[in-house]
Amino acid sequence: MSSPVVHHAVHAAPKGFLRKYIFSTDHKVIGKQYYLLALFSVFVGMLLSVLMRFHMIYPDAKVSWFEKLWPTGAAGGIMTPELYLSLMTMHGTIMVFFVLTTAPQSGFGNYFLPLQIGAEDMAFPVINMLSFWTTFAALVVLLAAFFVPGGAPLSGWTAYPPLSAVGEIAGPGQGTGQTLWILSIALFCGASLMGAINFIATTIDLRAKGMTLMRMPLTCWAWFVTAILSLLGFAVLLAAGILLLLDRVAGTSFFLPAGLVVNDQILNHKGGSPLLWQHLFWFFGHPEVYIAILPGMGLTSTVLSVFARKPIFGYRAMVYAILAIGFLGFLVWGHHMFVSGMNPYTGIAFSVLTMTIGVPSAIKTFNWIGTLWGSRIRFTTPMLFALGFVSLFVTGGISGIFLGQPALDLYLHDTYFVVGHFHMIMGVAAIFGIFAGTYYWFPKMYGRMMNETLGKIHFYLTFIGVYAIFTPMHFVGVAGNPRRYADFKEFEFLGQLMPVHTFMTHAAFFTAAVQLIFLFNFFWSMKKGARAPVNPWEATTLEWTVPSPPPHDNFGGRLPEVYRGAYEYSVPGADKDYLMQNEPVGAAKTQE
Amino acid sequence: MPLAFIVWAFAVVIVYVFLARLWWFPPPINQHGITYDQHFLSTLLVTGVIFFLAQLALGYVIIRYRDRGKPAVYSHGNNKLEALWTSAAAILFIGAVLASTRVFAGVHLARPPENALRVEVLGKQFAWSFRYPGPDGKFGRTDIKLINDAAGNPFGLDDTDPAARDDIVTSSLRVPAGTPVRLTLKSRDVIHNFFVRELRLKQDLVPGMEIPLHFQADKTGVYEIPCSELCGLGHHQMRSTLEVLTPEEFRKWEQAQLEQLRQLQQP
Amino acid sequence: MARVSPSDVLRGAPPATPDYGDGGRRGGPARRAGITGIVVACAAIVMLFAALTSAMIVRRGLGGDWQTLTLPGILWVNTGVLLASSFAVERARRALRQGRREAFNHLWLAGTVLGFLFLAGQYAAWRQLVAAGVYLATNPSSSFFYLFTVAHALHLAGGLLALVFITIWAWRLRLGPGRRTAVDVSAFYWHFMDGLWIYLLLLFRFWG
Repeated sequence: MSSPVVHHAVHAAPKGFLRKYIFSTDHKVIGKQYYLLALFSVFVGMLLSVLMRFHMIYPDAKVSWFEKLWPTGAAGGIMTPELYLSLMTMHGTIMVFFVLTTAPQSGFGNYFLPLQIGAEDMAFPVINMLSFWTTFAALVVLLAAFFVPGGAPLSGWTAYPPLSAVGEIAGPGQGTGQTLWILSIALFCGASLMGAINFIATTIDLRAKGMTLMRMPLTCWAWFVTAILSLLGFAVLLAAGILLLLDRVAGTSFFLPAGLVVNDQILNHKGGSPLLWQHLFWFFGHPEVYIAILPGMGLTSTVLSVFARKPIFGYRAMVYAILAIGFLGFLVWGHHMFVSGMNPYTGIAFSVLTMTIGVPSAIKTFNWIGTLWGSRIRFTTPMLFALGFVSLFVTGGISGIFLGQPALDLYLHDTYFVVGHFHMIMGVAAIFGIFAGTYYWFPKMYGRMMNETLGKIHFYLTFIGVYAIFTPMHFVGVAGNPRRYADFKEFEFLGQLMPVHTFMTHAAFFTAAVQLIFLFNFFWSMKKGARAPVNPWEATTLEWTVPSPPPHDNFGGRLPEVYRGAYEYSVPGADKDYLMQNEPVGAAKTQE
Repeated sequence: MPLAFIVWAFAVVIVYVFLARLWWFPPPINQHGITYDQHFLSTLLVTGVIFFLAQLALGYVIIRYRDRGKPAVYSHGNNKLEALWTSAAAILFIGAVLASTRVFAGVHLARPPENALRVEVLGKQFAWSFRYPGPDGKFGRTDIKLINDAAGNPFGLDDTDPAARDDIVTSSLRVPAGTPVRLTLKSRDVIHNFFVRELRLKQDLVPGMEIPLHFQADKTGVYEIPCSELCGLGHHQMRSTLEVLTPEEFRKWEQAQLEQLRQLQQP
Repeated sequence: MARVSPSDVLRGAPPATPDYGDGGRRGGPARRAGITGIVVACAAIVMLFAALTSAMIVRRGLGGDWQTLTLPGILWVNTGVLLASSFAVERARRALRQGRREAFNHLWLAGTVLGFLFLAGQYAAWRQLVAAGVYLATNPSSSFFYLFTVAHALHLAGGLLALVFITIWAWRLRLGPGRRTAVDVSAFYWHFMDGLWIYLLLLFRFWG
């Protein structure tokens, strides 16, 4: 970061395979690399979740290939509870960091931020490349945890100490596996910080002539605010990770109190506080939720406007809502800790702030409906996913009103109600945003259209599937079902909920299988899809003014000039129902 | 188009399941539980209406404004509407949280009466232990070096302290009905969570902290205690029970325990 | 926002240069981005140290096991060295702006050497603590001291790398106008490291 190297003079395309595809500094190549890394990760993460759902309803099933994969974790082919917990930890970590943080921000953001604001590349291309390869290294280190003695860690993606801090005596996977987990997260923090610096500098300083802040597409606003959240959040997570690592390997006592007796061993720590980790972790962890969802919100806004053929309803309100969410996101971390032993007055203060953050989220929903009102909807696959996003966002957001109240959290905390809530909103709503983005931008990225029929089948089956998986989680949560249980055999009241779990597991199998349609469509279309024109969706933003895929220097050496906002559809008097941002005069005959 | 009907179908099913209470809380066993349920229901009512209307509207615009050749309305929004729904959302959300503060305060800000039954709760991987102070009303001295689970001493009670000799240590929680109980929650290894569904109460046990929690159970019966904070590979098996006895039964049980202690301590 | 005249939209507003928040003083896009980049990077470092500071304050308030750390005396010497280094770098930067290349070369080199001297002094401070039997895990105060000073030293080493590169460019007469931004940005970062160190010193002097 000490010597930013900026190339702006001439963008000659690099020669040679390595410089062109592997260690490329081109934001478009890096964006695709991030996207493909996330695509790989999401399938790994999904496979883990399918195995978890399987174990929950068939805890004693013997499956011979389990043993081949995990000789100790599934000795005799029967999955152990510790293996279940390690799958859960890895599922959460992979999904949160390497999918939800990576795809919408680093993937789409890298590819489309420079194109949408009219820049030739990101501000610091070399740092951009470094940032991707650091993320790659982080993923390798994380996955390596599966292959070390003891296996992957089992303390969840939140890694609460003491469980995560005392080492192997707390359980298999808490030795080398947990150390690798921390190293991976630290690498990821570094990569995210580098990425955030790039996004912020690019947005502030590389906008084309005429691209004022209030003319930027909402995606750019979302990426910008997300980058600020990453910058502030990941720095704190890095600090927390360093402290945790020192507690583990250097014998310090940041998070470990005196008097610990773990597995009959007296530990020589004193004076630390497990709650300190929770405060630091959630100071990052809550903004992280918005890091995952904000780009999806920006993209949904754009896609709704494009296919509704109507300007976005309340553009300024949308911008202010993004800013408000970003700001308030840093003041609500305590709502994850209502039952942690935190001071009850602090809890009440956090709950008021938490409810306040619901307001900008509600504004966004109302504005989306407002955008659709009086519109002329074209039901393409990206539009379907954007509409699905709105529905899921409402469903997932509503349950947040329960969880944001400390009183109701007295019962609902750490039940499946919470699992249902965050999967709805941060999981599948964000994933629907990613899908919308994929179907929307694929033509620009790969120069070919994705198959619409397969896309629609994929949408409908996935939409039904995710509701079928995650809605019942709220029901069993209300019945008190605790989360992170490997099986439900020990408790009488949990036995009664087994039919619901069986249903959810089958819904998960179904939904996971449906994703193969997407995978097929993605790779098939890359080779065989119909050639994409410059502007297949008749959208107005700058990425649709350049060839599909864009040349190495994006705009062919001549930066665009911008004349109007990003959402000018169905303007009365125009000769077509959209006005490009860079069109000097919108119509042949100017209306007076 | 089909999307509208799917969205509506899900909205109807979800609302139906909650209205029909197909999966629901166990019946409450005290006043706090009743108040909790009332507050949950009012939140459910308000959010349920918002949820249903929002999904209804989404489905409506999908059907009504599908491309039928009519040009879209050119509008950048409406400031009045914007202000209206912003303030409506703010009032509703903040109102909900303020209304709920009462329920939370009853648990965490009110003090239990002085004569409440005191019980210490200890979590460890993967079992619960409970300690009653005995007739002297004092918890005896403990030392982590004396901890011996096999010998039934998970707290590390020091028998040289007379106050420790009458401490009753059990693996399930027994309390008399209609009596205030004051728990002190401790953990000796990792974070656990004490949860009784019927009490509508949940609290973490954090190593290095002694966290107070109080309740009163009015209905006799046996209620399960599942650990509700991930504590390791046996998390899903960390089970105990809360047995609410009549005061009479409780006295008898306590006497029997003390008698047993005396016999054990005979040389 | 509600009232947008369609004819205005049709005509489009002239593409004025966007306001980059500086009234055009910072120069072209590359230079602007460089300056924004370093400021943002420093903001991230501030967050990192703020998080560690809040952890320290909380940890200090937790229990009676906090022992005040006696700071090694050499730290005050190191502080002087670092201040002198920052001063030299700033003088160098101004010399370059006035076109005094030779003065730049000498001053910048002096700043760089002093930077290395500071790192050596920090190493000596750690050796002194170890000799006094104060290790990383001895006490929370020493844990935080090592943590903060090592974290600072690592960040400082990054800045030192930039200083070295510029020294080499300068002495090999490769410091063209295109690298003026690199000089300014490195100097900014170097002063930031200076300020960060003063902050840490005060933190440990009064709360350590």
